[in-house]
Amino acid sequence: MRQPPVFDEIIYEAMRTLDMKYQDIYSSQELASFIIYAHILHMRKEEYKMKRRNMVLAVFAMVSLLVLSGTQSVFAAPIKIGVAGAHTGDLASYGLPTVNAAKLVVKDFNDKGGINGQKVELVIEDDQCKPELATNVAAKLVSSKVVAVIGHICSGATKAALGIYKDSKIVTISPSATNPPLTQSGEYPNFFRTIASDDAQAKLATNFLIKTLKLKKIAVLHDKGDYGKGFAELVKQYAEEDGIQVALFEGISPGAPDYSAVINKISNAKVDGVVWGGYHPEASKLVQQMKDKGMNISFISDDGIKDDTFIEVAGKYSEGVYATGPTDTSTNPLAIKAIADHKKEFGAEPGAFFLNAYGATQALLNAIAKAGSTDYNKIVAALQSEYVDTALGNISFDKRGDIIGFGFSVFQVQNGKYVELK
Amino acid sequence: MEYFLKLFLSGTAKGSIYALIALGYTMVYGIIQLINFAHGEIYMIGGFTALIFGGFFFSKGMPVGFVLLFSVLLSIIYAAAFGYTIEKIAYRPLRGKPRLSALISAIGVSMVLQNFVLLAQTEKFLPFPSYLPEFKWLQPYKEYINSTQLIILGVTAVIMVLLTFLIKFTRMGKAMRATAQDMHMAQLVGVDINQVISMTFIIGSALAAIGGVLICSYMGQINYYIGFIAGIKAFVAAVLGGIGSIPGAVLGSFVLGWTESLGTGYISSDYEDAFAFIILIVILLIKPEGILGRTRRQKV
Repeated sequence: MRQPPVFDEIIYEAMRTLDMKYQDIYSSQELASFIIYAHILHMRKEEYKMKRRNMVLAVFAMVSLLVLSGTQSVFAAPIKIGVAGAHTGDLASYGLPTVNAAKLVVKDFNDKGGINGQKVELVIEDDQCKPELATNVAAKLVSSKVVAVIGHICSGATKAALGIYKDSKIVTISPSATNPPLTQSGEYPNFFRTIASDDAQAKLATNFLIKTLKLKKIAVLHDKGDYGKGFAELVKQYAEEDGIQVALFEGISPGAPDYSAVINKISNAKVDGVVWGGYHPEASKLVQQMKDKGMNISFISDDGIKDDTFIEVAGKYSEGVYATGPTDTSTNPLAIKAIADHKKEFGAEPGAFFLNAYGATQALLNAIAKAGSTDYNKIVAALQSEYVDTALGNISFDKRGDIIGFGFSVFQVQNGKYVELK
Repeated sequence: MEYFLKLFLSGTAKGSIYALIALGYTMVYGIIQLINFAHGEIYMIGGFTALIFGGFFFSKGMPVGFVLLFSVLLSIIYAAAFGYTIEKIAYRPLRGKPRLSALISAIGVSMVLQNFVLLAQTEKFLPFPSYLPEFKWLQPYKEYINSTQLIILGVTAVIMVLLTFLIKFTRMGKAMRATAQDMHMAQLVGVDINQVISMTFIIGSALAAIGGVLICSYMGQINYYIGFIAGIKAFVAAVLGGIGSIPGAVLGSFVLGWTESLGTGYISSDYEDAFAFIILIVILLIKPEGILGRTRRQKV
């Protein structure tokens, strides 16, 4: 069969009228098949025209619907979100960045038309980090019918206010309250936080040394300070709960020139790893003196050594050392945008817990949008089930309200740099 | 037994670190009965000077031996100049005044120097490169002692011998002993006590600088605050051995190092500092002038 001419209109016209000029070229069967082919093409074109008409109708309907809903949102009541924390007093510097963060996120959402057509409005209250003021603030927010609260800032104030929010079924997300029982007690199902709890670091380090490094017997050292000893004690507790033998648990004198005695003791105890609770000056001496004695066992520490000074000072001895530290957000485009927006809007670098609060507000508003209503149970369900991209990364919350996807990560020194281990 | 030997050797190494600083302390005290609290800071400044000059020479591509020699020499000169100046402006005007005044002046100098380095250099910890040689033959015994520890031990021994020789058998030493016994009398018989005391500070500070370089090489780091902590321990060691006595300072340092090391090894490092002070109290109760200290009879 020869190829039919290219333009279907021509074929159609020609075939339909059985134009004589094709009679010499094509057989009658061919002509017949051309006619059928052309007919099909014609039918398709008609069909397409119909579809286009329907499309136009649909688009028109959608536009009118949007216009209608747009006009509706002008009259819809705004969604009220409370922001509570220390905005005056000694600890104001911890609370004010949260207010700024909430303002920025809400502005972003409202510029895009709000949530489900409703605008978001902030109700800002100051508790000065004082529990007795926090309960007043909570009562005030409840009576102004807020859907959720971003706050509070200090653990004590948060705890005091949480009971009131719980009774009124108000979701509360704190960017900064780190006290472990707030989530772990299970007492406050309405409570969430976008910061790791105080014991998260120790838990992470212990899990890492058990599950990833598969250590069986460890030595735990600390610098006798609040931070280092606190970390060391928690690691010891968690490790022993999981059946790991803590062969050595000792404090060493910070600043001493020489730790060879305690290193001899570690080597004598024949452990597979050393956990250090403290800061980098002692850590670099410890790793150096350990490696000088030919000991090649894992060295795991906390945020206190997750500092480039440690790598500078310990040099080649720092290679392979593990440290837990806050998850890196510096490459997250949303975090970069949040900080840039803050500089544009307020003319300064953001302060403490800014990104935590930014992420908290984003997560909350997203959850309300996903829930499609301001119903407490639906918001809680959305917070716990949905993962959202925020300035803190892709986050969600576990059943107890602790953040998933942000907090502490394990880092390892590789080729003179801290690399986040996934 | 092997464990004991390891602990004993690490105690010895630790003791030699203390001794390196304690020698300068005890020497100054022996001559003018002043506890020079700025000694720890001179040690820190010696370390910093070596770090700066060492880095400079090294960046010029000079061989390691040369870098080590010249950075040590320059840091000795620099620290000696500091010692000389401090004595002249902070201690000399208070000579003959109650001894407490000079002591307080010494504490003041210590703070001034710490903050000077903090402002002029940095508050951060800096890496201290080790220009010291590594002994290959020591490699099999690295669990017991390493090259740097051995060098520190050797240098301590040499300095102790040299100082003893200087004080016992040289003219300057004789003048120093005379000054120590009675300043007025020494002056009357023609000893230039200003010169003698200046010389004491210069030698003491030079020792501190040597200590600074060696100990910082061992620790691998330096910071403006290291002098204070090391100074306190060295002071305890000097008192333990009998302050003013050269072999006493070394012995006291070793006793301190052994106590801390064995205490850590067999009991707990939580109480390392407590062991140091318990041994100090025990020895001072039994022999108030220290292990090798001499009692001075007070003439009434």
